[in-house]
Amino acid sequence: MLVRPLLIFLAVLAAMQATAEETRIAVAANFSAPAKQIAEAFERGTGHRATLVTGSTGKFHAQIVNGAPFDVLLSADDETPARLEKEGHAQAGTRFTYAIGRLVLWSPKPDVVDGEGAILKNGDFRHLALANPKVAPYGQAAMETLGALGLADTLRPRFVLGENIAQTHQFVASGNAELGFVALAQVMKDGRIADGSGWVVPARLHQPIRQDAALLTRGRGNAAAKAFLAWLKGDAAQATIRSFGYDLP
Amino acid sequence: MPFSASDLAAVWLTLKLATLTTALLLLAGTPLAWWLARTGSCWKGAVSAVVALPLVLPPTVLGFYLLVAMGPGGPLGKLTQAAGLGTLPFTFPGLVVASCLYSLPFVVQPLQNAFTAIPERLLEAAATLRAAPLDAFFHVVVPLARPGFLTAAVLGFAHTLGEFGVVLMIGGNIPEKTRVISVQIYDHVEALEYAQAHWLAGGMLLFSFLVLLALYTLNPMTRRQT
Repeated sequence: MLVRPLLIFLAVLAAMQATAEETRIAVAANFSAPAKQIAEAFERGTGHRATLVTGSTGKFHAQIVNGAPFDVLLSADDETPARLEKEGHAQAGTRFTYAIGRLVLWSPKPDVVDGEGAILKNGDFRHLALANPKVAPYGQAAMETLGALGLADTLRPRFVLGENIAQTHQFVASGNAELGFVALAQVMKDGRIADGSGWVVPARLHQPIRQDAALLTRGRGNAAAKAFLAWLKGDAAQATIRSFGYDLP
Repeated sequence: MPFSASDLAAVWLTLKLATLTTALLLLAGTPLAWWLARTGSCWKGAVSAVVALPLVLPPTVLGFYLLVAMGPGGPLGKLTQAAGLGTLPFTFPGLVVASCLYSLPFVVQPLQNAFTAIPERLLEAAATLRAAPLDAFFHVVVPLARPGFLTAAVLGFAHTLGEFGVVLMIGGNIPEKTRVISVQIYDHVEALEYAQAHWLAGGMLLFSFLVLLALYTLNPMTRRQT
């Protein structure tokens, strides 16, 4: 009889349908590369499917408040998830710091940026790219760094501002700005700066860039969303996060 | 005061950019549109297609290629550097160049339509009255094509006002140089300053509507069509 194996097959299929779910995750631009790696491992490890959408945290806030179909937010800051929770768009008690961002002064050319960042004081460059400090945490950290070095006002005429850290990186990578403050994760591969030259800004020069994750109200019944957040706290994900230059809390 | 100083700076910069772009496009677009309207050249199709490209290309494509082309390693960038002008991204002249490309079809196409509608025999009549070609152009073509010029100027101006994607890619958000209204609105939204975003966005909506309303009620060319 062929009916019995067919029935078993259908039952197995139904069971798989029940356990494997899909989740849509909003990811801050700076965390795009590690999130991709983590999501791949997550899908292999759990059978769930995770779709990543990258963008700026401020835009995600506006979209989530207006009903965007995201289950999880991996924010570039710790303020947006807290605010979403207060506004009733994120689940209380689900917030945690998944990574602490590190800033790097970077040029795509070798030997441009020295290991002390002295080029900022005496360097010959027309444009210094940073993310818009008004809207981007990495931009804010860059401003704090320049403030701590006493260079904010002298260098201001040379600023070009990216809307987020991805665009800032593009300004520098295309050579239009000679150097810029970008996220270490954007230029790091396997534990070292892959191209060009950079100065990893000492963490004491700016407030820590705490990047928080939260389960959004829309994802509260989604098993894949919860599993992803649990996976993000696991050893494998944390090793990936570290390999991109982030600190962990 | 619902508008901050940086909002007003953005408004002023945007008006300056749109005015300059429209003026340059009318100057360069008129001979181009005339050629397109009158030529029998086999290049007409290709040139028309290039002029129309900004209509269909996403601004990100235009912005990305401009950023690369005008950058230090790009062909345009090498040219401007050789001329001692430095590179164009992150500068106001850079935005003007980009806007001229971005708004080109909005100026050239209405002009071309207006020129095409002018009967050949009028020009022949002018020639038999011994009018030089330029003379005929300014005294016969320009008055007849006035509605076309008006449409071209208004659409070019309004379209440049609304430019966002290209400016975002090559502007660098520098106050009083490249931070136009649309970028300022975007910043307000990103910073969760929704009240300020509303003031600017609402103002822009109203202004754009009024400009187009004036065009469509006053312009005899569009009135005849309705």
